[in-house]
Amino acid sequence: MKMTYREAIRQAMHEALAADPRVFLMGEDVGKYGGTYACSKGFLEEFGPERIRDTPLSELGFVGAGIGAALGGLRPIVEVMTVNFSLLALDQIVNTAAALRHMSGGQFSVPLVLRMATGAGRQLAAQHSHSLENWYAHIPGIRVLAPATIADARGMLGPALADPDPVVIFEHAQLYNLEGELPDDWRCDIATAAVRREGTDVSLITYGGSLPKVLAAAGQLAAEGIAAEVIDLRVLRPLDTETIAASLRKTHKAVVVDEGWRSGSLAAEVMACIVEQCFFDLDAPVARVCSEEVPIPYAKHMEEAALPQVSKIVAAVRQVLGK
Amino acid sequence: MTVPYDKTFAQKLLHDMLRIRRMEEKCAELYGAQKIRGFLHLYIGEEACAVGALHALAPGDNIVATYREHGHALVRGVPMDAIMAEMFGKSAGCSRGRGGSMHLFDAATRFYGGNAIVGGGLPLAAGFGLADKLQKRQAVTAVFFGEGAMAEGAFHESMNLAALWQLPVLFCCENNLYAMGTALARSEAQTDLCAKAASYAVPTLKADGMDIVAVHEAMKLAARHVRDGLGPFFLELQTYRFRAHSMFDPELYRDKAEVEEWKTRGPLHTFSARLKAESKLTEEEFLALDARANAEVQASVDFAEAAPWEPVEDLLKDVVTPPSPSIPLPPAGEGSNPPPSPARGRGAGGEGPP
Ligand SMILES: Cc1ncc(C[n+]2csc(CCOP(=O)(O)OP(=O)(O)O)c2C)c(N)n1
Ligand SMILES: [Mg+2]
Repeated sequence: MKMTYREAIRQAMHEALAADPRVFLMGEDVGKYGGTYACSKGFLEEFGPERIRDTPLSELGFVGAGIGAALGGLRPIVEVMTVNFSLLALDQIVNTAAALRHMSGGQFSVPLVLRMATGAGRQLAAQHSHSLENWYAHIPGIRVLAPATIADARGMLGPALADPDPVVIFEHAQLYNLEGELPDDWRCDIATAAVRREGTDVSLITYGGSLPKVLAAAGQLAAEGIAAEVIDLRVLRPLDTETIAASLRKTHKAVVVDEGWRSGSLAAEVMACIVEQCFFDLDAPVARVCSEEVPIPYAKHMEEAALPQVSKIVAAVRQVLGK
Repeated sequence: MTVPYDKTFAQKLLHDMLRIRRMEEKCAELYGAQKIRGFLHLYIGEEACAVGALHALAPGDNIVATYREHGHALVRGVPMDAIMAEMFGKSAGCSRGRGGSMHLFDAATRFYGGNAIVGGGLPLAAGFGLADKLQKRQAVTAVFFGEGAMAEGAFHESMNLAALWQLPVLFCCENNLYAMGTALARSEAQTDLCAKAASYAVPTLKADGMDIVAVHEAMKLAARHVRDGLGPFFLELQTYRFRAHSMFDPELYRDKAEVEEWKTRGPLHTFSARLKAESKLTEEEFLALDARANAEVQASVDFAEAAPWEPVEDLLKDVVTPPSPSIPLPPAGEGSNPPPSPARGRGAGGEGPP
C-alpha cells in the first residue's frame, strides 16, 4: 500500500492506542490542533481527551510526567514538538528516565516512548534546525531510534512500546511527506542496522533524514560504475556494529554521512567503531560528511552549504576511492 | 475617553500601526511568492501592543521579543529595509540574513531579538535588568512574550529572580488567547495571568491590547515604576491574532465567528474612527498616512530584491568572535552592551506625546 511517512507514524500510533488501554499520547498540540506534523489528526475525536492529552508549553513538566506515568503502570507516548524544544526537558530524560533503572539497583524500569521531530532543511534557522540525535545516543539507559523509511515509521513504535526501558524516536522533519510503498512485512526489530542497497566498492553509513540523500548519491555513483553499499543505522543506540563490520569486510572503504555537527558527531562514533573493529580490513582512511560547524543559517543558499548534500557525498566517495 | 494626545502624536501612533500592517500584508504575499521562507508569524491584529508599548520607552532601554517580533523591531526603529532584507535572507538584513523572520536583531536600537524558543527571552531580560541595576543605569528592559510562555519554567524562574533582586524588568505579556492551537483555558489552571504574576510579589496591570491608548497609558505607568527603581512590573495586554499562528495552520482550534468578532475591535479602524470623531484625523490624512506606509513597504521590497546574497565562503563567519588585537576588551563596568544611542529613523523613543 502506498502511503506517506506521516501516515505510517499515524497508523502505528493508532494501532497502539487501539490495542492497549495503557497507551496514551501527550504533547503540545497533539489533540485539538491534530499534531504539529498532523500525525495525530482525528485522534482526539476517536480516543478522547483522557488519552490524547494536549499539554501546556511545559516540556520539562510533561516529559517528566510521562516518566512518572510510565512508572505508574501506563505506556505513554510523549511527543515533543521538535528536538530543539526537548532541550528544555533534557534534565528529566537524562537524569531521571535514563538513570533510574541503574541508580535504583534495577528496581524501576521506565517504559516511556518519546517521539520528536529533528533536522534542518526548511530555512528555520538556528533555533529550529538542530540534529542532536548523538546527544541522546551518548546516554546509557535509553534506546535511540531513527526511522528513515515508511516501513520503519510504521514498524518501530510497537517494539518501542514493548521495550521496558525509555526509547527516543527521531523523525526527521523532511521525511514526513516522503511517500512510498508500505511492504507487507513492515514489522521490524529495534536492534539492527539495515543494508538499503548492496554494493562492493564503498560502504555509505547513515541514518534518518540523510538516507534519501545517500541513496541518491549511491544512484549517481552507480552511473559512474561505483557500487556503493548503503547502510541505514536505524538504531543509534546501541549501535549495531556487526552490520557495519560485515559491510566493511566486503568493501574495505567507508564514508559516514550525518546531519549532526562534525565534532563529537555520531559519525565520529561510527568511525571510531570502524577503526576499532575493522582496522585491518580498511583500504583507505574513513571519511565523513557532516554539517558545517555553524548554527544553521536562514538564507537558503547558506543553509544548503551548511548541510550534507548529495554532491558532497559523491565528492567524499570519489576522494576515498582516489578517483 | 477622548484620546489624550495631540494630533501629531496620535497620527504617529496610527501611522506606526499602519506601517506594521502594510509591511506584514506584503510579507504574507511574498511568502506565497517564496521570496520569504521558513516560518512567518504575523502580528496582524496585535499592532496596538507593540506601538503603544514601545512609544513609552527610551532609546537606552533594552527590548527582548519573540519570533512574532516584526512590529516591535519596526517601531523600535529598525529600518524597514533591514527587516525586509532579513526576511529575504540577504546580507543587508538586520541579522545579515542568518536569522530570518524569527530572529531580527539590532544592536543600534538595543533590540535583542527575535527569540524563537518559547520563554527563551525571559531569563535574558532578568540578566539585562541585573546589568543595568549593578551598573546604576536607569534603563528599563521590556520583554515581550505570549501567554503560552507563562506555562514554561523559564517564566516562573525569571519572575522570581526579577522580584527577588528587584530588577528593572518590564514583563509584557501579549495575551492573544492562543498558543498555536491551544486556548488559554486549555493550558492554564489559573487563567487570570495577573494573578499568576502577582504571586511573585510583582505589581500587575491588565490593559485592552486592541486599544492603543490603553496600551500606551499602561505602559507609561509600568515603565515609570521600573525606571524609578521600584522593581519589576507585569503588564498583560489582552489582544488577538487575526491570522494563523504561522503561515500554515488549518485553524481547527477556533471558530471563524470568534475571529470575525475580534476583527470588529481591530486596532487600526477603531483608532482611526476615534481620531476622526475627535477631529484629529481626516480621511485625506488617513489616506496620506496609508500611502506613506505603502510607499515605505514598496521601497523596502525593492531594497531587499536588489540587495546581494552573502557569499557562501562567509558561512563560518561570526560563529565566535574572531581574535583581534585591535578590538580591546570592554573596560570594566561597561559590559558588552552598545552605549545608549538615539533610535534610528522614524519610530521609537521619547516618553509619549511631545
Ligand atoms: C520551548 C518551545 N516549545 C514549543 C515551541 C513551538 N511553538 C512556537 S510558538 C508556540 C506558541 C506560543 O504561544 P504564545 O506564547 O502564546 O505566543 P503567540 O504565538 O501566541 O504569540 C509554540 C508552541 C517553541 N518554539 N519553543
Ligand atoms: Mg498566544
